[in-house]
Amino acid sequence: MDVIKVRNLKKVFNKEIKAVDGISFEVKQGEIFGFLGPNGAGKTTTLNILCALIKPTEGEARVCKYDVVTQPEEVRKCIGIVFQDMSLDDRLTAKENLELHARLYGVPKSERKKRIDEVLKLTELKDRENSMVKTFSGGMRRRLELARGLIHHPRVLFLDEPTLGLDPQTRKHIWDYVLKLKKEKEITIMLTTHYMEEADELCDRIAIVDHGKIIALDTSKNLKDSLGGDTIILDLDDKDTEKAKKIFRGSKVFDGQLFLSVKNAGKEIKKILEIAKKNKIDVIEANIRKPTLNDVFLILTGRKIREETVSLKEKLKTRMMGH
Amino acid sequence: MNHELEAAYTVWLREMIRYVRAKERIISSIAQPIFWLLIFGSSMRTFIPVAGLNYQTFIAPGIVVMAIMFTSMFSGISVIWDRELGFMKEMLVAPVSRLSIVAGKCFGGATTAVIQGILVLLVSLALGARVELVTFLILIPIMMLIALGIVGIGVAIASVLESMEGFGVIMNFVIMPMFFLSGALFPINNLPNWLRIITYVDPVTYDVELTRYMMTGFSSINVIFSFVAMLGFTALTLLIGAYLFNKRS
Repeated sequence: MDVIKVRNLKKVFNKEIKAVDGISFEVKQGEIFGFLGPNGAGKTTTLNILCALIKPTEGEARVCKYDVVTQPEEVRKCIGIVFQDMSLDDRLTAKENLELHARLYGVPKSERKKRIDEVLKLTELKDRENSMVKTFSGGMRRRLELARGLIHHPRVLFLDEPTLGLDPQTRKHIWDYVLKLKKEKEITIMLTTHYMEEADELCDRIAIVDHGKIIALDTSKNLKDSLGGDTIILDLDDKDTEKAKKIFRGSKVFDGQLFLSVKNAGKEIKKILEIAKKNKIDVIEANIRKPTLNDVFLILTGRKIREETVSLKEKLKTRMMGH
Repeated sequence: MNHELEAAYTVWLREMIRYVRAKERIISSIAQPIFWLLIFGSSMRTFIPVAGLNYQTFIAPGIVVMAIMFTSMFSGISVIWDRELGFMKEMLVAPVSRLSIVAGKCFGGATTAVIQGILVLLVSLALGARVELVTFLILIPIMMLIALGIVGIGVAIASVLESMEGFGVIMNFVIMPMFFLSGALFPINNLPNWLRIITYVDPVTYDVELTRYMMTGFSSINVIFSFVAMLGFTALTLLIGAYLFNKRS
């Protein structure tokens, strides 16, 4: 059954900025579905539409069978959200934040205590329940937000860049919680990320988005297999890159490196190096590896998904777009 | 409907918890009115604005309104904080109407303002003002209505402003003139005509006159008129505040 169904969704800001440009996809019950793409690709905007926070310019979106435009309250009842930016009240304790949420979502009084205990245990925050959120680390805040998003037993959980700005160890920790959720609860999860390992690790299916469009949608394995079996990376001298790009069709150049997708690199590398030599292209170094999601993005767009920590300026920009 | 009330109550409850925790805010917003009463009130003691009232007693109602005004305005403006903190998103995405959220926010802010007002009232009692218990009890809902009117302005401004940076401007160009032109510190019937007209336009004038009538029995304006004017102003600002809040989010 499709829990999320999106048809030709468009969102235009200020009559000219196409944040989302005709997106269609379905998310199945119990699946972890990922939106992978660089900053400004339209991931958060799509999520905000699905959460009925902003209205689409065109197209249709249904969450738990409810239309996000005409039935926003029904949609909000069946979803849980963890926003990209912190949305806790740091002057309240962890438990108070959870209590407010339970009340806002109309969780009956008799159930509240039980559910708060349940999510605090799940995210291992039980021993800190009476501490002020302002004393929490970034990872703990994320876990608390995850806990909060689950109190009202949503059928779909939206995670917007769930590990943005967290250190690798904490990130791994959050991933474990998400996978635990999938196993223990019958919950559908849709997340956005610009970390390819995150999409790789968590998602059953991944939509690669760029400039407001889905440019590929499949399982991680199929996406990588679609490039052929292997990726060959040739380090070239700067003067040769343009020439090489013409000779090797379908290749992409990035930072002086030539990316080639082939079926069997072991067999074909020899031929490739011979062609290079014949055309007087200096190969400084040749590497072979299994393709990554980054290679998929690179081959499709000619750019890399930026992996480094987001700069403050970009963070401000995405924040502004989010509002 | 029941759930909507519960949601508004939840937002109100959060305001209360935050208020109780912010001790420095309580103290600082009560300190200023006390300085006014003590220093300004005592130093001008010989000035008798109205027969039978010393100056300190005369301005006490104005200072009570001042405490309410400042706290209410701050609470209304705190919508900006909620937005920057991200907590506004958490409230907006909940399956409740915007109206419940803004109602909870307004009543929360007004409640804290009334508590501040009562504290200043108690101080003025300690300094010699006399208020019957019944009057005191009637004053509470009146203070609540006054506070709601100012919170409404605050919410409206917060819905238009981008950031907290404009707060100083608001204080200097909205709150201060409204306070000084209200007749909180001087009797309005002795004013030159042009100035008197301005005080009649200032909605806070009616808040002050009403409170003064309750506390001292003296008022320059018919008390029924003051009450109706205050009520009308409160209804208007709440409507505008709720409308702009809804439009913004």
